[in-house]
Amino acid sequence: MSKTLTHLKELEAESIFILREVAAQFERPCILFSGGKDSIVLTHLAWKAFWPAKIPFRLVHIDTGHNFPETLTYRDELVARLGADLTVGSVQESIDKGRVREETGYNASRNKLQTVTLLDTLAAGKFDAAIGGARRDEEKARAKERIFSHRDEFGQWNPKNQRPELWNIYNAKKDVGEHFRVFPISNWTEMDVWQYIYQEGIEMPSLYFTHRRKVFQRDGQWLAAEPAFIPRRPEEEVVEMDVRCRTIGDVTCTGLTLSRAHSLEDIIAEIAATRITERGGRADDRRSESAMEDRKKQGYF
Amino acid sequence: MQDNKGYLDMQMLRFTTAGSVDDGKSTLIGRLLYDSKSIFEDQLEAVEEASRSRGNEEVNLALLTDGLRAEREQGITIDVAYRYFATPKRKFIIADTPGHVQYTRNMVTGASTADLAVILVDARHGIMEQTIRHSFIASLLGIREVVVAVNKMDLVDFSEEVFTTIVSDYRKMEQEMGFSLENVTFIPISAKDGDNVVNRSERMPWYSGPSLLEYLETVPIPAGSDAGTLLPVQYVIRPISAQFPDFRSYAGQLCAGTLKPGDRVTVLPSGLTTEVTAIWLGDKQIPEAVAPLSVAVTLKDDIDISRGDVLTASDEMQPGIGQEFTVDVCWLRDTPLETGRRYLVRHAAQEVTGIVKAIEYKIDINTQERIGNVESLRMNDIARVRIKTAEPLVYTPYERNRVMGSLVFIDESNDTVGAGMIKNA
Repeated sequence: MSKTLTHLKELEAESIFILREVAAQFERPCILFSGGKDSIVLTHLAWKAFWPAKIPFRLVHIDTGHNFPETLTYRDELVARLGADLTVGSVQESIDKGRVREETGYNASRNKLQTVTLLDTLAAGKFDAAIGGARRDEEKARAKERIFSHRDEFGQWNPKNQRPELWNIYNAKKDVGEHFRVFPISNWTEMDVWQYIYQEGIEMPSLYFTHRRKVFQRDGQWLAAEPAFIPRRPEEEVVEMDVRCRTIGDVTCTGLTLSRAHSLEDIIAEIAATRITERGGRADDRRSESAMEDRKKQGYF
Repeated sequence: MQDNKGYLDMQMLRFTTAGSVDDGKSTLIGRLLYDSKSIFEDQLEAVEEASRSRGNEEVNLALLTDGLRAEREQGITIDVAYRYFATPKRKFIIADTPGHVQYTRNMVTGASTADLAVILVDARHGIMEQTIRHSFIASLLGIREVVVAVNKMDLVDFSEEVFTTIVSDYRKMEQEMGFSLENVTFIPISAKDGDNVVNRSERMPWYSGPSLLEYLETVPIPAGSDAGTLLPVQYVIRPISAQFPDFRSYAGQLCAGTLKPGDRVTVLPSGLTTEVTAIWLGDKQIPEAVAPLSVAVTLKDDIDISRGDVLTASDEMQPGIGQEFTVDVCWLRDTPLETGRRYLVRHAAQEVTGIVKAIEYKIDINTQERIGNVESLRMNDIARVRIKTAEPLVYTPYERNRVMGSLVFIDESNDTVGAGMIKNA
C-alpha cells in the first residue's frame, strides 16, 4: 500500500497532531501571534484542531509599538471572531520601565529588544509553552531546531545539547521555571504556507497584497516611510511605489517587495519565480552569519 | 492558474541521507537544491562569501546545511538538518545526517521519519564499513525503499563493470547481514558534474534507468503500515458551550488504515465496542479518514475513552496489549542505559514507567556481530533489550506500524535518552 494524501494534507495532519500534543502535555500554552502569515496559518490550524471547542491557547502578541495599523486591525478582528483571549506584551513598556534600552541611530530597531519583553510576558502569564510559526526553511539555525524546543529557566536555547526527537514522539518534560517553544509548521516552506492559505481560503491582511505606499531605499531594500518609524538619512528620498510585504514584522525591519501581486494566485506565481529568500528582506538577519542563532540562544522567537 | 492546481495535487516524500563531506553528500544535496531552484540567490551569495572568508577556493555547499556556529567552525555536520525542495511533481524533505559511527544516534533520528534512504557509495572504493552501517540503520528503522547512489562515476571512467560489481557486492552484503530492505535501487551518478542526478547522463549509455531525481519523483511512497486501522486518542474535545452542549469527539492522527461513519470500532485496552457516527476535520464532516489524517471522531455510545486509548476497526487485525517487550534500542545520551533502572516510557499517546530487565545482546553496527554479557549501553550503542512496563501498552511490532511500534525512554533529568522499536510478534 502506498500513501495517497497530498503534501498539504499531510503537513496539515502533522501540524494538527503537534498542536493537540501541546494541549495535552502542557498546562498553560500560548500562541505567539505576530499578525504575519505564519502565525495566521498556525491559528487557523489550532481552530481546526479543536473545533467546535475554543482554541485552548491564549494568543500573545509582542508589540514593538512600530506596527503597520493593518496588522492590529486584523489581529483584533481575528481574536473577536475566534472568541480567543489576547495578551499584549509591550516593548514600549519594557523601555519605560528601564528593562531594555532603545537603540539609536538610523538602523535602530526594536527587534532585539523584543526578546526581553517576550520572556517577561511569558513569565508574567506563567506560560509553559509558546507556540511559534517559525519554519525550518527560513534560516539555517532554524533548520536544526526541534519541534518541541526546550528553554532553560533563563529562557535560553542550547543548540549544542538539544533533546533527541524521533518519530512523532514529543517530550515536554521540564522543571519548574523552564518552558518550551513549539513549532508546529517546522516542515512547511513559504510556498506551502501560501498554497495552504489558497486551498483553505484564509483571509489575509491587506499588507500582503500590492498597494501604493510611500517608501525609501536603503542598502538595496525598500522600507516603509509611512508609518514613519524609521529615521531617514537626508539623502534617502521618499517615493510612492507599488509594494507588498513578503513577511510582516516590526516596520523598522520589514523589507517591502516591488510587486504586482493582487491575489493569492499572483503571490504564489511571484514566489515560484523569485530568487531571493523571504528573510533576505529582513534587516535583523543581515547583521551576521550567526545572527539568528545568537538571538535564538538568548530567547528570541 | 494551472501551476497552482498542479501544486495542490503533489505528494510528499521524506528521505534521509548519511555521510560526510568526502562522500560528496553535500555536493549531491547542493545539486538537488540548486537544480530544483530551492537555493536562493541570497543564500548562495552568503555561502560564497563565507567560503571565501574561510579560505576555501571552491564554494563549500556544506555551509548551506551546516546551520550551527560550532558546525561551521569545526567543518563538520553534527546534528540532523532538515532541507526542503520541491519539483512540480513532489515536495521533498531531506533529513541530512552525519555519517560517522559517533553520530549513529543522529542517523537513527533522521531515519525515524524517512520513507526512503539514499545511501552514497564512492565508485572508487565500493562497499565499505559505512555502507553497511547506513544500510543497517535503514533496515533497523524500517525504511522499505533504499536508493544506493554510486557516486563519483567520473573518477572510474563511467565504467559499467565497476557499477555492476558494486551492485552484486551490495546484494551479497545485504544477504550476509540479513537486512530486511524491501526494495533497493542502484543509480550510477556523478554529483559533482550532475550526471544522473537531475538529468540522465549521456556519458553512461549502458545505464537505462531513471536519474536520481526522476526516481525520487515517481517511486510509490510506502504507507509503512500493515496493521489494520488504528487511531490513538490524543485529546478529547468537549466544548461545553450553548451551541454544542453535549458534543464530545476523540481527536487523533490515524496511523493505519481507513475509518468511515458506520464502522464498528473497538476501544483498547478496555475492549468496549461502539460505532463511528461522524468524522470531523475542523468544522467539516468527511466521508472517510485515511492514514495519516488528523481527525476527530464522534461515537454512538457514551463510553469511557481518554488520552492513550486506541480505537481500532473491530473487524480488522487487532494490535497487541502487553507489559513485557523485546525492544531494539539505540541509546542517545551520555548517561548509560543500565539494567534494573526505571525509565519513563513514552509510546504513542501513552506514558508509563518501565524497567529494563535485561540486555540480550549489543550489535556491532559495522559487522552485525552480536555481543553478549553486556550490563550497560553507552551513547550510540544499538542493542536488543527486554523491558517491562507498569501498565499495559497497546502496540504493534515496529515492522507493522512505526507509530504503534516505537517508543522513547526518558530519565529523571527529563531528557530523552533512548529510542526503541518493539520486536514482539
